[in-house]
Amino acid sequence: MLLISCPWCGEREETEFHYGGQAFVAYPADPESLSDEEWAQYVFFRDNPKGAFAERWVHSAGCRRWFNTVRDTVTNEFQS
Amino acid sequence: MSLRRSPLAGYPGITEIPFLTMVNVRVRPTGDAAARISERLGGPLPVVPNSVVDAGSRHILMLGPDEWLVVGPDGDTGLPDLLREPSASVVDVSANRTTIEVRSRDLLEHGCTLDLHPRAFHAGRCAQTMIARTQVILWQTSDEPVYRLLVRGSFATYLADWLSDATGSTSSTG
Repeated sequence: MLLISCPWCGEREETEFHYGGQAFVAYPADPESLSDEEWAQYVFFRDNPKGAFAERWVHSAGCRRWFNTVRDTVTNEFQS
Repeated sequence: MSLRRSPLAGYPGITEIPFLTMVNVRVRPTGDAAARISERLGGPLPVVPNSVVDAGSRHILMLGPDEWLVVGPDGDTGLPDLLREPSASVVDVSANRTTIEVRSRDLLEHGCTLDLHPRAFHAGRCAQTMIARTQVILWQTSDEPVYRLLVRGSFATYLADWLSDATGSTSSTG
């Protein structure tokens, strides 16, 4: 069980949260000019680093706010 | 009002405070609308996360950075209109939840993962969390301690069942 620090509620158990995938995936600046392959890259492809990974979480059983955090994918340690 | 039905009416072993007036307020905390709302309530909208401010017979619970729950006594029918503001979302959610009062920290700790010790949680604090896998707003009203659990009506019977069950296990272990 991970102990996740919500910026509003403080430290809570993992079961109160839902995972939102990689953070900072920007919407394409000029979506109409994208090829199918570029769209596929934007929609489906995500980083899968071994180490620090910026990701989104939502405190769904608490304040229901989204936030960004950095988790080490090796140790599961939250770094921010 | 025969249409008003409390989900825990006559429930053994659980103190229910039914029909509290609850109004959900979403407003930008630094704007004029928030200032007018707190002026009309007679108390500031709390800005410390998970804190509660008393405003006479009403209480203001902070649920999020731009969200509050104003809890008034049963029959406080003027409350939604009192808070109404053009640039705020003010919704009467009285029928959403009922209130269970619990006077034992040991009992809550059977199903709650928060640290409820007085060094971490005390009167004037609230938290949105899970108790026995049920989403509740946990609110400590007094250091005796007295806790209020604001739980959805459809989950109230389950939670009351669970609390009754847990009461048995706390008394058997002293």
